[in-house]
Amino acid sequence: MPGKSISDESTQKRPQARALRRVEAEVETALKTPIDRRGFLKRLGAAGATATAAVATGGCTTSWDTFFQKHYKEMTDEDKERVFARIEKEAEKRFGRRVTVSDPGPLDGVSFAFCISLSLCNGNRKCVHACVEENNQSRNPAIQYIKVVELDRGTLNLEKGTAYYEGDSVPAADKVYLPMQCNQCDNPPCVKACPVEATWKEKDGIVVIDYDWCIGCRYCMAACPYEARRFNYREPQVPRADINPNQGYLSNRVRPKGVVEKCHFCLHRTRNGH
Amino acid sequence: MRTYFQYWRDMLRCAFTGSNVYYAWIALLVLLTASGLAVYVIQLRVGLAVTNLTQQVSWGAYIANFTFLVGVAAAAVLLVVPTYVYHREDIREVVLIAELMAATAIVMCLLFVTVDLGRPERFIHFLPFLGRLNFPLSMLAWDVIVLTGYLLLNLHVPGYLLYQLYRGRQPAKAAYLPFVFLSIFWAISIHTVTAFLYGGFGGRPFWNTAIMAPRFLVSAFASGPAILILVFVAIDRFTDIEIRESIFKFLRRVISIALPLNFFLLGCELFKEFYTDSVHTASAEYLFFGLFGHGLLVPYIWSALAMSGAAIVIFSTERLYRDRRWLIAGSALCVLGVWIEKGMGLIIPGFIPTPTGDLVEYTPSAGEFLICLGIWAFGALIFTAMAKVALAIQHGRLRAQT
Repeated sequence: MPGKSISDESTQKRPQARALRRVEAEVETALKTPIDRRGFLKRLGAAGATATAAVATGGCTTSWDTFFQKHYKEMTDEDKERVFARIEKEAEKRFGRRVTVSDPGPLDGVSFAFCISLSLCNGNRKCVHACVEENNQSRNPAIQYIKVVELDRGTLNLEKGTAYYEGDSVPAADKVYLPMQCNQCDNPPCVKACPVEATWKEKDGIVVIDYDWCIGCRYCMAACPYEARRFNYREPQVPRADINPNQGYLSNRVRPKGVVEKCHFCLHRTRNGH
Repeated sequence: MRTYFQYWRDMLRCAFTGSNVYYAWIALLVLLTASGLAVYVIQLRVGLAVTNLTQQVSWGAYIANFTFLVGVAAAAVLLVVPTYVYHREDIREVVLIAELMAATAIVMCLLFVTVDLGRPERFIHFLPFLGRLNFPLSMLAWDVIVLTGYLLLNLHVPGYLLYQLYRGRQPAKAAYLPFVFLSIFWAISIHTVTAFLYGGFGGRPFWNTAIMAPRFLVSAFASGPAILILVFVAIDRFTDIEIRESIFKFLRRVISIALPLNFFLLGCELFKEFYTDSVHTASAEYLFFGLFGHGLLVPYIWSALAMSGAAIVIFSTERLYRDRRWLIAGSALCVLGVWIEKGMGLIIPGFIPTPTGDLVEYTPSAGEFLICLGIWAFGALIFTAMAKVALAIQHGRLRAQT
């Protein structure tokens, strides 16, 4: 898992939170080392006391208001207005950027589909990066929706391919490239799996997630046959300058920690005809 | 009502008084529970990044332990049926212990699921009115319902019987027998639903098998009685209560049937995997032989099979199982073997390789280890307390003062 830095701008302002972050970083380094490392318990003991004190005063990550927030489908227009305003305020506090959270609905008589020409894909992964930039995905740890698998020409055995290819240029000789992301299934197993209806298929075919409803059980990840879902194992980190301020509630707003996300077909663009 | 408060006061006093050995045992469990809790607090703050879980292997030690413990809970039915259906009076003496063990195992299951959640505070989304339970579509929604129901059943039946005994009254059959019979079917359902939880998806061919539920039940009927044997040996050894030989005999018999049967079902599974030899065999290949040079689980699965095999030998050799030490060894091997086989040996390979052919291995982090240990210690703690109270009431040492 890359990256250990867990600083972010808002908490830097509060000394107590800063102390807590430091303890966390320390403990986490200790926790991630193999079990037989000798210094572990000692370090944990030292950090534990500080952490307990910090947590006791540091407070919850959830406010009362968000705790009882309704499911997206049950929100009235006023509810949405209030919730969106809160998310905008939080984003401004955390990133110092003004963002707008919108909620474009599915259009009548529109059903989305996408095509990829495998004979044209040369494996340069520009789409992966464009997607990350558009959708405010965490840069650290890196979360990407699209995975490009490099395969030997003439085979489709994915186990023998790799998504970690490197080199000076693409395409490599005798290789083909298979980009994979959410296919917005007609009969999505992830939607069946979710125990709390936090993910569903909209009438225009897009499978969406209410990030404020997801409990983070990751059962949808086990169910997905295309490995399209990602989990936020920690608070997503996006540099201030890289924030895309044009955000959708069900699409590219910065995700909370501990929830699942996935390709949402850029619905904040596609539903507006972009 | 006053008696009821008195009942709780007496029970708590009984649960937390005892010999020095008892205090030391309780202190150890409290300490381990506290350390698990401390790490969990850190996990709450940092996120599940304190685990070694990845985008590829998104379930690990928590869910593996959960799966194993559902089986332990279901295994209580093995003593419930002979007691209430076949009226085995000797087993009736210990059936409450089995029911309390089931309740404990479910509490542990719920804890293991909770620590696996990214947003545990959103558990209210499961609840009626406040939440939106995806029932009947989601197998996880089913699991939450059956596990909670089984917990309530296994708290009600022993709770009611013990309260009546405490007050020196005859229990009313209508107040518990219907729940006992319901719990028999319910026990089968919890492990079946848990098997369907994994077996229901085509995207994970390793789990997508029809014999998952039978395998789960059969392996539970081996490991559950093995744990009970260990518990009964401990009661026999550390208290003045004697556990009858006939109860050990019954449990031994169950294991000597269930454990070989578990091997048979595993064999069927392996035949399907390796004779077919399709691309979907990759996970089984990873588990048993390693794949493309990665084989972290290979030594574990083979040692699990060796342990189960050794347990079969012990449980079918009279000279060995008559000896308490061998009986303990055989039971421990059986528990460990099944724990590895259906815990880590079943959950992890389901994610390796991933549907896109990615191969990322997984071992629990120290944080996960401590949280798991904490939950096991907490389970042992509440089970010790409940069993101690139950035995005291059953043997007439704890009675209402009238």
